[in-house]
Amino acid sequence: MFKDLFQKKKYAVIPSERVNAERPKREIPEGLMNKCPKCGTILFSKELEKNLKVCSTCGHHFRLNAMERIAMTLDDGRLDEIDEDLISEDPLEFPGYAKKLEQQKASSGLKDAIVTGEGEIGGFPVVIGVMSFDFFSGSMGSVVGEKVTRAIERATEKKLPLIMFSTSGGARMQESILSLMQMAKTSAALARFQDEGGLFISVFTDPTLGGVSASFASLGDYNLAEPGAIVGFAGRIVIEQTIRQKLPDNFQTAEFNLKHGQLDKVVHRKEMKAFLTKLLDMHAGKGEPDDGR
Amino acid sequence: MAGELPFEKPLAELRKKIDELKKFGTEREIDFTDEIARLEARYEELEKEIYGNLTAAQIMHLARHHARPTTLDYIPLVFTDFIELHGDRVFADDLAIVGGLAKLNGVPVTVVGHQRGKDTKDNIQRFFGSPHPEGFRKALRFMRQANKFGRPIITFIDTKGAYPGDTAEERGQSEAIARNLHEMAMFGVPIICVVIGEGGSGGALALGVGNRVLMLENAIYSVISPNGAASILWKDASKADQAAEAMKITAKDLLGFGVIEEIIPEPHGGAHRDLAVQAEAIKEALWRHLLELKAMSPEQLTSDRYEKFRKVGRFTEAPKAESGSL
Repeated sequence: MFKDLFQKKKYAVIPSERVNAERPKREIPEGLMNKCPKCGTILFSKELEKNLKVCSTCGHHFRLNAMERIAMTLDDGRLDEIDEDLISEDPLEFPGYAKKLEQQKASSGLKDAIVTGEGEIGGFPVVIGVMSFDFFSGSMGSVVGEKVTRAIERATEKKLPLIMFSTSGGARMQESILSLMQMAKTSAALARFQDEGGLFISVFTDPTLGGVSASFASLGDYNLAEPGAIVGFAGRIVIEQTIRQKLPDNFQTAEFNLKHGQLDKVVHRKEMKAFLTKLLDMHAGKGEPDDGR
Repeated sequence: MAGELPFEKPLAELRKKIDELKKFGTEREIDFTDEIARLEARYEELEKEIYGNLTAAQIMHLARHHARPTTLDYIPLVFTDFIELHGDRVFADDLAIVGGLAKLNGVPVTVVGHQRGKDTKDNIQRFFGSPHPEGFRKALRFMRQANKFGRPIITFIDTKGAYPGDTAEERGQSEAIARNLHEMAMFGVPIICVVIGEGGSGGALALGVGNRVLMLENAIYSVISPNGAASILWKDASKADQAAEAMKITAKDLLGFGVIEEIIPEPHGGAHRDLAVQAEAIKEALWRHLLELKAMSPEQLTSDRYEKFRKVGRFTEAPKAESGSL
């Protein structure tokens, strides 16, 4: 019939296609292996862990959650956590926010997008904040802003160096203006801290954008980043829509930012702890020369 | 009523009717005085009804009205002796930011604000009031100058946000905004900010760390434009009206959150209906706050500003289940 002309032909599924469709499952058994999102290499999870979650083939730095970062950065992986009981409210009664907060808590095991506390790096005591992208895309609402500010105030009081590992999609939309004001709050606290001679080392990790990038994270006395980390203000898609051009692949990477003068150094994850120790050491003494010269 | 918004239609229609009746009366020499007075009274009532119950979305449309006065419209009416200054001394003169020296009731001040364009050509030059890093650095230069010479700082906030472009990123858009927040926090002079139109995100806040933050009645201020929020939340930018309601972006909302100190009333129908009256209201409010702040020492001003921002945020501190400070 004429109508048949417009009907979709039914093709038989040929065996090779079926094999292909099933292949990924066979290649990456749950939990045992990981595929590098950059180069596609299949990596044994245990090997990957041992390699600090860096791809052994291409050097891609996998994203870390706060707990993984703390374990590999602080001496003995030990953190004396502070303000761990701060919990987000839903001040705007924003549609879906309360429910999403509960989901994020359950899936990440965290109470919000940052863990703060005191610990030691290479024997130097520090106040540290570590953000976690796996909680609400690391977005900054009242809780993140308050915890960052309290950490800064603690560093000010105790005259300790401050280290922040940032990762964030930006300010948390669901708390609208209150989120925006956290940018001013954290920056003001940093201004006081730094005015009194406090040392702040800021480490950008993948990705750090929007309100976090445009406040405390960019205000380090030293701004560092992990290789390949995306760091910027506006997101790539928004920029492409605005300028109606495709952006190069390396746009907003740590290396791109280094080239444009926005960072002091790109530091490989394997060298991060040693480098932080070296920087802390530079600020620790009173400037006495070696062997009393 | 030129340039009326959809919700203003009933008013425009009634105004047309009154005008027609007046014209008809004059032409035919018929006395409609009573009828006209009755309609005028009805008009006033309707005005109160409509403008007294604006939704957040309607306020957003007023804040974005094409005829809404800009920073450069207010400056000559609020201040005298304005001297416009230019450039960030590093890269360029970003026209999305304007500013300079002026006198407020005879007192020298530094004034700086976002500047939207008046027409397409102007808008292209001014990037629709969305600054690049050089714009924020230009503003910072003016403010540092004010701090050095002990002049109060007055800022006008009116931007959809910092310009989202590749060149802005290359020159450190994030750092430029962050630096303004950082330095504004420490200045020892009074800072008063007025949100006159749209206060969009970090690009607005970069001029917004003041001892006092005031907002025009129909201005809006939020972390992301309602359009942006709608496209992220519901994958549909056309749901901006819905997002505007959810995001609590009006002056009344912000006063409730303790983010702003005062709402400056607007003429019925918005600032663009009577620029002179609006400018006078802004001037009155600025002067009143300035007199209070001028009595404070530099240290008092810095700590007053710190405390204002320090207390913003809502959270619970479990397990004591105490509510955090506002």
